[in-house]
Amino acid sequence: MAKVEFTTPELREDRANPQLVEGAMSHSSPYLASADHQKDLGFPGELVDGWQQKAVAKLGELLDKNRALRVYLDACVKCGACTDKCHYYLGTGDPKNMPVARQDLLRSVYRRNFTLMGKIAPGLVGARDLDEELLDDWYKYFHQCSQCRRCSVFCPYGIDTAEISMAARDIMDHIGKGQKYCNEIIGKVHKIGNNLGLPEAALIDTMEGLEEDVEEETGVAVKYPVNQEGADVLLITPSADFFAEPHVDGLIGYGKVFHQAGISWTVSSYASEAANFAMFIGSYEQMHKVALRIRKAALDLGVKRIVFGECGHAWRVAYSFLNTLAGPWDFLDPKYPVPQHILEVTHDLIRRGALELDPSANDDKVVTFHDSCNVARASRMGDMPGGQFEIPRAVIKAAVNRFVDMPEDTICDKTFCCGGGGGLLTDDLLELRVKGALPRMEALQEVVDKHGVTHMAAICAICKSQFTKVMPFYGFDMDMVVSVHQLVGDAIQLGAKE
Amino acid sequence: MSYEVNGKTVEHDEEGYITDISQWSDELAGLIAKDEGIDMTDEHWEVVNFLRDYYNEYQIAPAVRVLVKAIKKKFGPEKGNNKYLYELFPYGPAKQACKIAGLPKPTGCV
Repeated sequence: MAKVEFTTPELREDRANPQLVEGAMSHSSPYLASADHQKDLGFPGELVDGWQQKAVAKLGELLDKNRALRVYLDACVKCGACTDKCHYYLGTGDPKNMPVARQDLLRSVYRRNFTLMGKIAPGLVGARDLDEELLDDWYKYFHQCSQCRRCSVFCPYGIDTAEISMAARDIMDHIGKGQKYCNEIIGKVHKIGNNLGLPEAALIDTMEGLEEDVEEETGVAVKYPVNQEGADVLLITPSADFFAEPHVDGLIGYGKVFHQAGISWTVSSYASEAANFAMFIGSYEQMHKVALRIRKAALDLGVKRIVFGECGHAWRVAYSFLNTLAGPWDFLDPKYPVPQHILEVTHDLIRRGALELDPSANDDKVVTFHDSCNVARASRMGDMPGGQFEIPRAVIKAAVNRFVDMPEDTICDKTFCCGGGGGLLTDDLLELRVKGALPRMEALQEVVDKHGVTHMAAICAICKSQFTKVMPFYGFDMDMVVSVHQLVGDAIQLGAKE
Repeated sequence: MSYEVNGKTVEHDEEGYITDISQWSDELAGLIAKDEGIDMTDEHWEVVNFLRDYYNEYQIAPAVRVLVKAIKKKFGPEKGNNKYLYELFPYGPAKQACKIAGLPKPTGCV
């Protein structure tokens, strides 16, 4: 229960490089997974005997399986382009949060064990044996990477630090040093079907409550169905959408879109989670197991389409891997892409004139948009390059009259992480989360000052929770964060086309 | 890691959530609240009791929206809003109130 005291960084107008502070975040380390949480995922309950050799062996296995990882570990020429691109470095000044330094934690062990020079002259090539001190640094600093991949945009070789940090976490899980937050959550998905641990009865109660609320507010009986066999669309959305604010307002918006377009839809209590946390720990096996729940739900309910709600890394997993993880999807309607993002659905309906939106419903707002890292840099929407930037903005602009973008070097593929992605959205890392949000907060402050921005829309459950939590540290109101589909839901003219 | 209350030892996790919810008592709630810097008033108890009732029925704490709606129904609109709940439980009605109510912490992207 130790509460870490820390100071929230000052917002800087120049957004310059921070002062270097060696070891500034060397105290930051998330809670270890308990033996039970580890065993639920088939990992050893505690640090195993001979962990050094076993870690190196696991690294060897990953190098054989993932050629990209080997390239990333080989290719770095220490040019320094990445050093000032990480939000955690910018927010903490800890040099070990420079992406190259983070990579080197694993690279040094790779060189020592898997390269000729590292074996014969380790001191010349930055090769190191894996010892307790280094393992400790792995645990701390690979849990100060949100796997957002901003650094890789600037790396001339495209080295992906996210892949390196996933590999390191995978190795640590296999020697018994897992992280509580991620591993407890993945265990819950296996048992209950979602990260939250929300059982079927509670899910149904929640959705019925939304039906009441929406009908009371609009006079229209919009349905929020659970486990409805024969529905056209299976909606896979983060369980935070059923629970947290402002997420649930987004869920209300999805329901209004489906209602107005006359699309029958349902959520599944068995696959009531979009957010596949197994990606954060770099485990293909776990990612596969979690994704197979979606396949089973789609088959059991006999749906024709699968649509994902607002969730950043869910969309990365879905867009990039759903077919290999849980396909083939030949039983779905071939007229629609598998999967679809809810924004693609809404965008298409707006374009075809199937939705009536009245943007003046949001005239109390000046809105900006936070691109979520996994959507921006690890996926796409629609059928054109950059669709993942264009489509959310087009939908927002259809729903609000006043939209302003944040500075160019902080949006689209250069977007800054919210500071809580990649399995770090946990209270034991609050200091890291607050400090890591600094670059996004600075960019937000700029548009607040220049353009009177009142709200920041997001399309990821983690971003929404993270901002709600950390924005008050910077003097912003937590209510500034909104779901994109909350804006849509408020602007939609229900019944207009009936 | 444990609380001592009325001569009884009650285990908790790293963050202060008790690990066996059957060990909860009014006195323990008061003690946890004190650790959190909260003086339990009738208003706090209204929320804590609602959380426990909901948990008994659904095996999970209610969504913030459900909580707000229930409080609104029972105690009127001046209490049935997010702001009021954050005033009572500054660290967030879901997490902090759950801890005091002896319920597991909501996990995930929340």
